[in-house]
Amino acid sequence: MPTKVHVQMRLNGEEVDFLCEPRQSVLEVLRDVLGLTGSKEGCNNGNCGACSVILDGVLVNSCCVLGVETSGREVTTIEGIASPDGLHPLQQKFLEHAALQCGICTPGFIVAAKALLDKNPHPTEHQVRYWLAGNLCRCTGYDKIIRAVLDAAQTTEAKA
Amino acid sequence: MAESATYKVIGTRPIRHDGVDKVTGRAIYGADVQMAGLLHGKVLRSPHAHARIRSIDVSRALALPGVKAVVTSADLPPAEDRTIQLGEGGVNLKYLSHNILAGDKVLYKGHPIAAVAATSPHLAEEALALIQVEYEVLPPVLDVREAMQDDAPLLHDNLKTTSLGQDTDKQSNIATHTQFKVGDVEKGFAKADIVIEREFTTATVHQGYIEPHNATAMWNPDGQLTIWESTQGAFTVQRQLAPVLGIPVAQIRVIPAEIGGGFGGKINLYLEPIAAVLSKKTGHPVKVLMNRAEVFESTGPTPGSYIRVKMGATKDGRLIAAQAYMAYEAGGYPGSPIGAGMMCIFTPYDIPNVLIDGFDVVVNKPKTAPYRAPGATNAAFAAETVVDELGEKLGLDPLQFRLRNAAKEGMRRPDGPTHPRIGYLETVQAALNSDHYRTPLEGPNVGRGVASGYWFNVGLQSSVSINVNADGSVTLVEGSTDIGGTRASIAMQAAEVLGLKAEEVRPIVADTAGVGYNDVTGGSRTTFASGYAAIEAAHDVLRQMTERAARIWKIEPQDVSFGDGVFRNAKEPDQRLTFKDVAAQLGRTGGPLTGRATVAPRGVGGAFATHIVDLQVDPETGKVTILRYTAVQDVGKAIHPSYVEGQMQGGAVQGIGWALNEEYFYTDKGVMANASFLDYRMPTSLDLPMIDTILVEVPNPGHPFGVRGVGEVPIVPPVAAIANAIYRAVGVRMCHSPMSPGLVMTEILAKG
Amino acid sequence: MQAFDYTAARSVDEAVSLLAQHGEQARPLAGGTDIIVAVREGRRQVAMLVDIKGIPEVNQLSYDAAQGLTIGAAVPCYRIYEHEAIAAAYPGLIDAVSLVGGTAIQGRASVGGNLCNASPAADTTPALIAHRAICVIAGPSGRREIPVEQFCTGPGRTALQHGELLVALRMPSPPPHFGAQYLRFIPRNEMDIAVVGVGASVVLNQDHSSFVSGRVALGAVAPTPLLVDTAAAALAGKPVSDETIQQAAEAAQAAARPIDDMRGTAQYRRHLVGVLTRRALRGAIQRAKER
Repeated sequence: MPTKVHVQMRLNGEEVDFLCEPRQSVLEVLRDVLGLTGSKEGCNNGNCGACSVILDGVLVNSCCVLGVETSGREVTTIEGIASPDGLHPLQQKFLEHAALQCGICTPGFIVAAKALLDKNPHPTEHQVRYWLAGNLCRCTGYDKIIRAVLDAAQTTEAKA
Repeated sequence: MAESATYKVIGTRPIRHDGVDKVTGRAIYGADVQMAGLLHGKVLRSPHAHARIRSIDVSRALALPGVKAVVTSADLPPAEDRTIQLGEGGVNLKYLSHNILAGDKVLYKGHPIAAVAATSPHLAEEALALIQVEYEVLPPVLDVREAMQDDAPLLHDNLKTTSLGQDTDKQSNIATHTQFKVGDVEKGFAKADIVIEREFTTATVHQGYIEPHNATAMWNPDGQLTIWESTQGAFTVQRQLAPVLGIPVAQIRVIPAEIGGGFGGKINLYLEPIAAVLSKKTGHPVKVLMNRAEVFESTGPTPGSYIRVKMGATKDGRLIAAQAYMAYEAGGYPGSPIGAGMMCIFTPYDIPNVLIDGFDVVVNKPKTAPYRAPGATNAAFAAETVVDELGEKLGLDPLQFRLRNAAKEGMRRPDGPTHPRIGYLETVQAALNSDHYRTPLEGPNVGRGVASGYWFNVGLQSSVSINVNADGSVTLVEGSTDIGGTRASIAMQAAEVLGLKAEEVRPIVADTAGVGYNDVTGGSRTTFASGYAAIEAAHDVLRQMTERAARIWKIEPQDVSFGDGVFRNAKEPDQRLTFKDVAAQLGRTGGPLTGRATVAPRGVGGAFATHIVDLQVDPETGKVTILRYTAVQDVGKAIHPSYVEGQMQGGAVQGIGWALNEEYFYTDKGVMANASFLDYRMPTSLDLPMIDTILVEVPNPGHPFGVRGVGEVPIVPPVAAIANAIYRAVGVRMCHSPMSPGLVMTEILAKG
Repeated sequence: MQAFDYTAARSVDEAVSLLAQHGEQARPLAGGTDIIVAVREGRRQVAMLVDIKGIPEVNQLSYDAAQGLTIGAAVPCYRIYEHEAIAAAYPGLIDAVSLVGGTAIQGRASVGGNLCNASPAADTTPALIAHRAICVIAGPSGRREIPVEQFCTGPGRTALQHGELLVALRMPSPPPHFGAQYLRFIPRNEMDIAVVGVGASVVLNQDHSSFVSGRVALGAVAPTPLLVDTAAAALAGKPVSDETIQQAAEAAQAAARPIDDMRGTAQYRRHLVGVLTRRALRGAIQRAKER
């Protein structure tokens, strides 16, 4: 039986702890150990962004971080984007703009876009496209996604 | 059928019913399925492109602690050499079964050979390395023209060419030779004032859905098998699984999860039988997932191809003859979409003399699967480039040339059927009148290209039932997995008929035990055919609701009318009951109320698109930058315009990727060198501008609201449009796709 | 993925001791975007990953006009381009660190790790060479320093000896009239491995009419990133002109030893070396004039 490590971290605002093998990525821990399947595996090598999470305020691909590396750190996933008061403006705008078709890339895009708006509340179209270049979408051609992010940036609550 | 009807729901843009789950990460996709006692499966795949399997020894894998079972093709019943119909085409069971787990030969690198179930995915992966396989490696055939040579190594011992409908005795890698013929092309070319003939090659390209394949199976001791997976068609999976596993359809239940993209690639069986037999052997549910490399190497990309097109026109700008030689790579087993490519290649045009020869050819690459308008993009690349060149030499604007030759209602397609009401002309006209086309394009090394495309769309079968709830809302039970917003478009059609708001119709996608038969979500059929079923089911609801109102008023049903959501007593105009009023009284007027419909609608409307692209070529590197893109398409009637726009934008961008950078790089041993999103280069958000759409609505008379399928035709024109734009930018005609920077640069340097 | 042990080192000495103890079977872990993927795909075998992100010295990022720039080996790219003073002083380095892999990769990937991964096509290495970066290395026998152009010895291989750890990269403060640019050619606009990369830097004279010196470094056209001495010779003391730039570009083309692979043919790469060298030199000259 491979040895597991006991890890404590902060996940979506709550203290959590879990056991994982060193070889298990944060993506595997989220999906297979903690039951949070919102972050998706698209490529498992950092090229598609479907696994995007925010680690200590920084956008990262959770397939490229080991579970053990989150000890004492703070992780935000798609499950932590909405609040008890309702959807985040990004989520609302994605719905209004029909910025999703199959939806598999959507959690990654919303997390990545939130990380962008947290840093740069009023990005230009080019800045949005540049920031999101690591998130692949095969269904939409990105048009409505970009529009949704720019529209969400207009909403003042986006700063929250 | 009202062409100028005003609709209350049709044409609006409600939030899709499954939207909140999808933006919060709650929606359950196939890989998200969890259950107690779940084991994890992994597949061992051939490292060789072409080899005989001499032996397989699984003993060391079985001995690894945590490994619970190993399966090979010996665990499937012997496959029958017969074809079953799947709706969109037939599939040979022997080929299907051997593609799932190889028999005595492997035919592509990645061909599955064995599979393991273990207590963790990592353990399963470790176990694969312990399976010992002895191969006799054979020379691979990796190019369609090489495969067609008489001295090419043969992939199959008993594949004989079927030529022009007749079986022959010729052992070959050519599975079929098909021909469409109209008029006499020799005479036609003789009369032409200008004839152009060009050759084209296209590389293998993948659908590129972001979600890899998945399947979870539980084979209960009572023989009942349940499958959870992301699929384009739960019933189609069931119908393939039954003969492959040798069990009755009645014992199989397929529960479709949400699906992360398909584009035709998630219709065929890959993992389901493997998960099933692993479950049978272990007594546990087993989940099998593909990783990205497996998706590239072991699912079904679209064919690489060789196409030769010859077209002739008279000096008044009329096409008089067109000939095509089309050879498509089917992969390891026959069944490329050569037929569909042949059906589409010249179809936008009225040409009196046409000859198309098409060849389905096996090569040592993964067996191809449909990719959005399968076969048509390759064909349009060739034909639309030649059309562009012809028009230019005749001194005509490329859109005007198309107007002059456009196919219209009543004309015959080269493959035989007559066009019903179609909107090709209207798309060309709209393109001509568009802001994009009217805006001059200025600057160095910039060019504007146009191209058209056709896809026939399909109808097939759908079933819907609608349950009326006590509060006047309805639950709509359908069986079309929702890849692009079809829950909404189907619900909206029912809502329109019932006089309800879109939000008052609650659509659910049921499994094979919960709804009547439905063919795949694909073929641009879902909004059309499942929508048709929803409309009919809604009418069935209204019929029954009318009877209930009649019962309430104690009158005859024919004296009850319905309009604007209200039932009226024809004899007493003051007496009205809303839909909600009647719904509230179902219990005492006869009990629960369910409307239903099963359809196989015949009035499918084909789809035409015309695209305009402005691009700039860096003359020092050959790199293409897309500056502006407009997709014009006849959409019949846009039920939910946002999702129609989405189909047009998504298809256009897949076409842009196909045109510029997407291809399988093969080593000379037949190994894909770029089986990763790093080097299989799909467009990112930084590679594109906004994609403008112009929705032309020429209603399809075969559907109550005029719906035409919209999902596939948008991928047909882009490769040709981009080739034509590159020509206008830097004066070189590209005849290979993708038109990657190195190739464009080579052509620029050669031109001097 | 193969199983391995994970341990976090708290000091350079502890890290060196662990690496020396386990040899090739232990690798340092900084951002992880290369090594985790390499282990997962079976391209590297490790028995232990030594997490160095907890070591203060390798996380250091400091700049002042006198001392120059020190980048700890584990500092992720995003910290570099978000540092206003560094971004203003070293735009030619920012070119490179903001191109590595995409935003999420830049949230983890470090310049040190990019260098130690020793891909011939690494984006940061030509830029580091153009800036005369020095590698600070700690090992069982103590510390040593080597110029960054000597660090990579082959594809995936470095000059690190048994038990050694890259601790930091040091770059001098840009002298007056210095300018640098890193350009790469990729088929898309992001997310690709460089087909060709060029890091160029120039020092101009007082009135910007001639080169005092220049450096041209190439990526993806040899087994390691290349410092092209003949290009430097073609620039030193010569007038700032198209002819001089062309000579440097031709020197770079002659020095390149590209191969055919799926990312490009040798012929195409050699052509691109010329194009990008001209463009990067022009960009460096422009920045030198603006300083």
